[in-house]
Amino acid sequence: MLDLKGYGPSLLEGAIVTIELALFSLLLAVLLGLVGASSKLSGNRFLVGAATAYTTLIRGVPDLVMMLLFYYGGQVLVNTLSDYLYYEYDLDIFFQFDPFISGVLTVGLIFGAYMTETFRGAFLAVDIGQIEAAKAYGFTRWHTFRRVMIPQMLRHALPGIGNNWQVLLKTTALASIIGLTDMVRVAEEAAKAERSPFMFFIPVAFVYLALTAGSELFIKWLDKRANVGVVHGD
Amino acid sequence: MAEQAPLICKDIHKTFNQLEVLKGISLETRKGDVVSLIGSSGSGKSTFLRCINLLETPTSGDIIVHGDPIRFTNNRKGERIPADDRQVEHIRAKLSMVFQGFNLWSHMTVLENIIEAPIHVLGVPKKEAIERAEAYLQKVGIYERKDYYPAQMSGGQQQRAAIARALAMEPEVMLFDEPTSALDPELVGEVLKVMQGLAEEGRTMIVVTHEMAFARDVSTQVLFLHQGVIEEQGTPDKVFDHPESERMKQFLAPKF
Repeated sequence: MLDLKGYGPSLLEGAIVTIELALFSLLLAVLLGLVGASSKLSGNRFLVGAATAYTTLIRGVPDLVMMLLFYYGGQVLVNTLSDYLYYEYDLDIFFQFDPFISGVLTVGLIFGAYMTETFRGAFLAVDIGQIEAAKAYGFTRWHTFRRVMIPQMLRHALPGIGNNWQVLLKTTALASIIGLTDMVRVAEEAAKAERSPFMFFIPVAFVYLALTAGSELFIKWLDKRANVGVVHGD
Repeated sequence: MAEQAPLICKDIHKTFNQLEVLKGISLETRKGDVVSLIGSSGSGKSTFLRCINLLETPTSGDIIVHGDPIRFTNNRKGERIPADDRQVEHIRAKLSMVFQGFNLWSHMTVLENIIEAPIHVLGVPKKEAIERAEAYLQKVGIYERKDYYPAQMSGGQQQRAAIARALAMEPEVMLFDEPTSALDPELVGEVLKVMQGLAEEGRTMIVVTHEMAFARDVSTQVLFLHQGVIEEQGTPDKVFDHPESERMKQFLAPKF
């Protein structure tokens, strides 16, 4: 490993933080996306309204503003809640809203909104006959969702998920603003201290590039697997 | 006591928005009946079939599956809906359907398609479900295709797989919704032959079809629907050879 004036190991640690942040955020985003898309398609007025408010809000506010709001605002909320619980119920619960949790929540929430739209489109693309067959064979709604809708939907959603994931990965860099020691933060500090931005930012750029290029291959492979049994037109 | 009728439909009406598509259709089957529903497009025959397993909810009328009447209620908008989803699932499991467009689940192999509902809906152990599936695949003549995905097979093979999927439920009644209409003329025969075999085994079947030869030779009962009512009904001999209604005579007249 390159020594980079002694900053090599901490850059590597930072890269691992970046990857962890991205993966946890992805998990949250996929869960929120499934819930959001199902709500939007549920036909229930309350659920549709809630999901629409969520996606409109998230897509209309800059990521950086959301990040700051969550980090500083989140801590205030936790403090208020913990004070309330302590004085009213004598419960001593407190936790520090650390940059990592804020990062996962913010990035997860933002991309949950994009995933909601990706999944919504993908659910709509599932052939109605596939769902009717499930109904006609006595499947419950949950069974239809789990065994027919999800696998069929994923096929249509994978390209969108891939796009969202690449943007998500890059968005994690914002968490350095709220003090998370990801690789961007490490590089920034090192570059300032050593007065040599190229030496630190170029390797960081390459790590992002390697991660996105690697994921692209992985998604291609997944796409091939998900589309097993599909004959494409040439 | 007489044997329980597998399926009774009483005075089924169905209205979409303002349009009345079914204007009171009744049907009583005995075990082993093969009922052909014929009529021109838009006559309501497919809608009637879809009402039987509640893919469409009839606006009024009763459906009784093996002595078990389907219970209905009204939702807040005053529309009629099934009262008990569990009952609907239970009844659907007894009425397996074969669709015009096959509707095999495209992400599953043929075998997986066939064992899915028996395992997860009927609770058949996996090993037994596979044995059963393989036996039915032999019967419809596509055992060697069991590990193929639907898209890798011809329409006729897909429809035969869909029939095996329906058989694997060991249903009270099999519902066929124009099972050969999406097939090339050359593939129609293989599917009809399988269906004829099932009829000869004494399975109760309701078939929406445009295949007049099938309706005439295989059915025990023929219903001719026109504009949402039964215009002519009876044995194939009566309906085809001695029709009373003008519309039926027109329908049967040589077209060119």
